[in-house]
Amino acid sequence: MATKSLHKRESDLAQSNRQLEILSNGIFQNGELPTFKAKISETNQFPLKAKKLEILQINVGYMCNQVCDHCHVDAGPDRKEIMTRDTMQQCLDVIKNTGAHTLDLTGGAPEMNPDFRWFVEEAAKAGIKDFIVRSNLTIIRANKKYYDLPEFFKKHNVHVVSSMPHWTRGKTDKQRGDGVFDKSIKALQELNAVGYGMPDSDLRLDLVYNPSGAFLPGDQASMEKDFKKALMEDFGIHFHNLFAITNLPISRFLDYLIASENYEDYMYQLVEAYNPAAVTNVMCTNTLSVSWDGYLYDCDFNQMLELPVNSKVKHISEYNEELLEGRNIVISQHCYGCTAGAGSSCQGSVA
Amino acid sequence: MSKTYYDPADLRKFGNITEWDEELGNKFFEYYGKVFEDGALTAREKALIALAVSHTEQCPYCIDAYTKDTLQRGVTKEEMMEAIHVGAAIKSGATLVHGVQMMNKVNKLDG
Repeated sequence: MATKSLHKRESDLAQSNRQLEILSNGIFQNGELPTFKAKISETNQFPLKAKKLEILQINVGYMCNQVCDHCHVDAGPDRKEIMTRDTMQQCLDVIKNTGAHTLDLTGGAPEMNPDFRWFVEEAAKAGIKDFIVRSNLTIIRANKKYYDLPEFFKKHNVHVVSSMPHWTRGKTDKQRGDGVFDKSIKALQELNAVGYGMPDSDLRLDLVYNPSGAFLPGDQASMEKDFKKALMEDFGIHFHNLFAITNLPISRFLDYLIASENYEDYMYQLVEAYNPAAVTNVMCTNTLSVSWDGYLYDCDFNQMLELPVNSKVKHISEYNEELLEGRNIVISQHCYGCTAGAGSSCQGSVA
Repeated sequence: MSKTYYDPADLRKFGNITEWDEELGNKFFEYYGKVFEDGALTAREKALIALAVSHTEQCPYCIDAYTKDTLQRGVTKEEMMEAIHVGAAIKSGATLVHGVQMMNKVNKLDG
């Protein structure tokens, strides 16, 4: 279990261009596997184009209280990239006028941004239909100052989406660190206690499952059933839906794949599971990702690979939804992660 | 020619068996796919049976495939190992139950 980010360790893979190089060389360069561009061209789906914006996802910083093995953000306590209140204000100007029905705050642990609560209070006033905060759960138990987060989320009718890699302690702690399972269970119980995730409650609590190793997620509906049964029987926990998300081969997960000699097999799995129907609904076509410093990306993964949007509009300060619509999506081989099997997005399966 | 009988990469080529007999190959894969769908047994239960049988058949391709398949379905290491013990118990039981045949024969020949 790592305790430092790739950045702090000064690993080669902390560099996005090194990651992109790996994703373009080897099996994709020698023709063993088709590039993503070649694959989607087979079904005339190249270039992928942005449709009408539905989801505005804002990454308020890479700082996190955890150092998960699979993290595509390379987040951790040692990351200092944090969205300032000025950039948040620029985001709020956009949030008030956007046609998007979903606002999605992510990180790192978004709650660790010192202006997080102010931002949530202000953003909630815009009345966007679905206001998501991606909470890692343990943050709620990390320090007294976070203990009231369930009440705070409730007050602003925030939709809580939380990572939970398994319903057993062993598999959860292996991926996310010792003690994470127990803290997550406690946090879920506290969210339940204020009404989150209860069967008829409007306070939405969804869980995100992503595999703990070099394999793809199983069927989302079956996994949801298993999670619900186990969490209810073992801990009396309720939640609404489970999103099964594929680990994309970038950042720390790419580092793990290479170190464990699983990289090629994993890429084969992704390519073999390629599903053209998932391409139609892939999230970059209806999502925009804003980085901590206000730059715009087609998705959170492209943000981490430093692949900015292919548009004249590059920054939240010059935001123009009409100009961004119809832009060509920037792709590389990591995109296979979103088109495997039933597809994968921050909202779970897409096909 | 390969210097070993088994190459893990050959598993990916399993589908190629249709190249030399398309009709039977396709029928097999259609049947295979159908068998593993949710039915009276869940796909998860079937995957665990397949994992156990993979071991009793000592098929390295099948072990690789169903270890991964069960992991994908959220099956724990403990469940996987218990399933294999079921297979092992049947294998050893199948050996030992033949002991009765031996005993019958001894009793007949030398009783």
